[in-house]
Amino acid sequence: MPALCRDCLTQFDGATRCPACRSPRVVQHAELWDLSIAHMDCDAFYASVEKRDNPELADKPVIIGGGRRGVVSTACYIARIRGVRSAMPMFKALALCPDAVIVKPRMSAYVEASRAIRAMMEDLTPSIEPLSLDEAFLDLSGTQRLHGAPPAVMLARLVRRMRDELGLTGSIGLSHNKFLAKIASDLDKPNGYSVIGVAETEAFLRPKPVRMIWGVGASGQDSLDRAGIRTFDDLLRWDRRDLGARFGSMGDRLWHLARGIDTRRVSRDSPMKSISNETTFNEDTSDPDLLDGHLWRMCEKVADRAKAKDLAGRVVTLKLKRANFALLSRRIALRDATQMADRIYRTARGLFDQVGNQGPYRLIGAGLSDLCAAQDADRSPDLLDPDAAKRAHAERATDAIRARFGPDAILKGRALR
Amino acid sequence: MKFSMERGTLLKAVSQAQSVVERRNTIPILANVLIEADGASVQFRATDLDIEVLDKATAMVERPGATTVSAVTLHEIVRKLPDGALVTLTEEAATGRLTVEAGRSNFSLATLPKEDFPVMASSEYSANFTAPAKVLRRLFDKSKFAISTEETRYYLNGVYMHTADGDGGRKLRCVATDGHRLARIDADLPAGAEDMPGVIVPRKTVGELRKLLEDDDMDIAVSVSETKIRFATPDITLTSKVIDGTFPDYTRVIPQGNTRRLEVDAAEFAKAVDRVATVSSERSRAVKLSLDEDRLILSVNAPDSGAAEEELAVAYSDERLEIGFNAKYLLEIASQVDRENAVFMFNSSGDPTLMREGNDMSAVYVVMPMRV
Repeated sequence: MPALCRDCLTQFDGATRCPACRSPRVVQHAELWDLSIAHMDCDAFYASVEKRDNPELADKPVIIGGGRRGVVSTACYIARIRGVRSAMPMFKALALCPDAVIVKPRMSAYVEASRAIRAMMEDLTPSIEPLSLDEAFLDLSGTQRLHGAPPAVMLARLVRRMRDELGLTGSIGLSHNKFLAKIASDLDKPNGYSVIGVAETEAFLRPKPVRMIWGVGASGQDSLDRAGIRTFDDLLRWDRRDLGARFGSMGDRLWHLARGIDTRRVSRDSPMKSISNETTFNEDTSDPDLLDGHLWRMCEKVADRAKAKDLAGRVVTLKLKRANFALLSRRIALRDATQMADRIYRTARGLFDQVGNQGPYRLIGAGLSDLCAAQDADRSPDLLDPDAAKRAHAERATDAIRARFGPDAILKGRALR
Repeated sequence: MKFSMERGTLLKAVSQAQSVVERRNTIPILANVLIEADGASVQFRATDLDIEVLDKATAMVERPGATTVSAVTLHEIVRKLPDGALVTLTEEAATGRLTVEAGRSNFSLATLPKEDFPVMASSEYSANFTAPAKVLRRLFDKSKFAISTEETRYYLNGVYMHTADGDGGRKLRCVATDGHRLARIDADLPAGAEDMPGVIVPRKTVGELRKLLEDDDMDIAVSVSETKIRFATPDITLTSKVIDGTFPDYTRVIPQGNTRRLEVDAAEFAKAVDRVATVSSERSRAVKLSLDEDRLILSVNAPDSGAAEEELAVAYSDERLEIGFNAKYLLEIASQVDRENAVFMFNSSGDPTLMREGNDMSAVYVVMPMRV
């Protein structure tokens, strides 16, 4: 059976240790040289970057997240052993792991590391679909002649380079489509390498729970549960038309996935659908000034990201979470798309006033969707707001100053509330 | 209660009622029309709690009384009855049902008690005047296209009716805007309207009112208070709450100093705009106007779908100008022009543009350009 040493990249035929370097880190699979769709997922990415940059943290449980009221954004593997998970409220994580070191996220460091990884991927294939800073799909079909080695080898080389040059580890899932590659990368974490071949696809999926399907969340799980579908085996018993009737467009997708069929392409620029930012407060608040300040900051961040990507949006969304976790969400479509913080804020503020103060709130967020190119935005000013043009000029000038002297070089008074 | 009516008269009264009733509402009685028969007439009353319409029709009343029944169902039944039929409505005291009979058709409808029907509180009106239907029709027809649908700016969701100084004295004026275009329509001030408070008449009321204004020679009695407005013909009374908000100061929006004057045949202009806009992007509907000595070039350049250009002979003698607009807005204002040429007054490509019919200042439109 084809086999590969993950340390010295020697290709050989079936053995549990590498004949060249005696390493036990060997992948073997009948289809190893034939598969070319991969998913690479960094291991505890944010925490790994922090540990790399601060060796004192190496043997300590590290949690990345903001404040006592926030949620865990990443936990290192030591903290995970204690039961800490991503998206867990911080107080709960601290109860499980009181000696954890909490580190505030340093996005700029993660972005930098992510860019370096991305550059390494670019050396393998132009067909990369990043899902976030720390994971991406890669399609290496047809690259064997170019690299002089099958995709499996190039992927092992990628994670080895990440380890040697960046001090970060990642797990590889190699299969024949995106759905299975994503599942595979999760099978052997951290620092893993898993392969799901065509031949064993159905047998592999059969006993697995359907919540493995990427995109089936808690509510999707509930509706599948009500239909008596828990495993892929259950799903296989369903007729294609019945699934369609019950779950709509999702039904057809489920039917295919149950058979391990996923024809989605690895596409480089899967277009961004929305941009949003939200913040959870340290203390629940109904103070209008405080909320207003937070709202402005969220809108400004959304605008900053839109401007960075040369995007604009037509739909503005306001998100509020009340102290009892009830979610209030309001949206409104603008006539003319925008990327200006001022317009996003004024629109979101209008929605906020419409909601009325139903606080105290624990979270506020703003979002922009129905995105389009920036050149199609902010084309038609508001008759009733003749000062808008002046404010837009001021915002552009502010942006220029911040680009030159740093993000805090100039702030709105409102941002200080 | 028992009365008979000719199908056509009944249909007219019931259709007015059913259009006021909200299709989706959680209070069952609001889906009903209150029917009150007394003397030689029957009154039909319907409300959505913001608007109340009362329609009075002559009938052969055998037995006075009152009840409420689903407005939509009754309307559907009457609509489907043959023209000219005599319809008899009878309240069956024993069953609490309302029977509707016409020829060989017989219906029995569920009712709700008349006591539950909300009657709009009467109001003290501070101004009462009459205006010809024709005048009101012009005021509202020419302004309503600019009403905003934006919920956060609810005070724009109607027509601002008030008095103002216009061309040749005090005027009765209607203004509507959505922030992209604005319509300002004046009419001679009717006697009695001098002290009328300015009110924002909601979009739905404007729609309902329109049905009262079909007859050119009809005089409409208008009553206005701070919170309500009432329009009445001898048969129909439409009472509506007005939007509780402050209409923005529109006067500073209307450009005074625009000097570049374009005169164009409105119908030709509209057709040309419509033609070139065929290829404009669905999203922006942008059309570019390029003006030069007595020449207007309308053009669209949409990378995704294509390009179009059309030239029109116009009267223009100012310096060259290129300015972009949303084609939909141009078409809407151009379609308001019905007698003379459309006159556009431009300033720069970033400033609001004014449009009027010839030199008639009684109907003025403002439209905001867009970057092209």
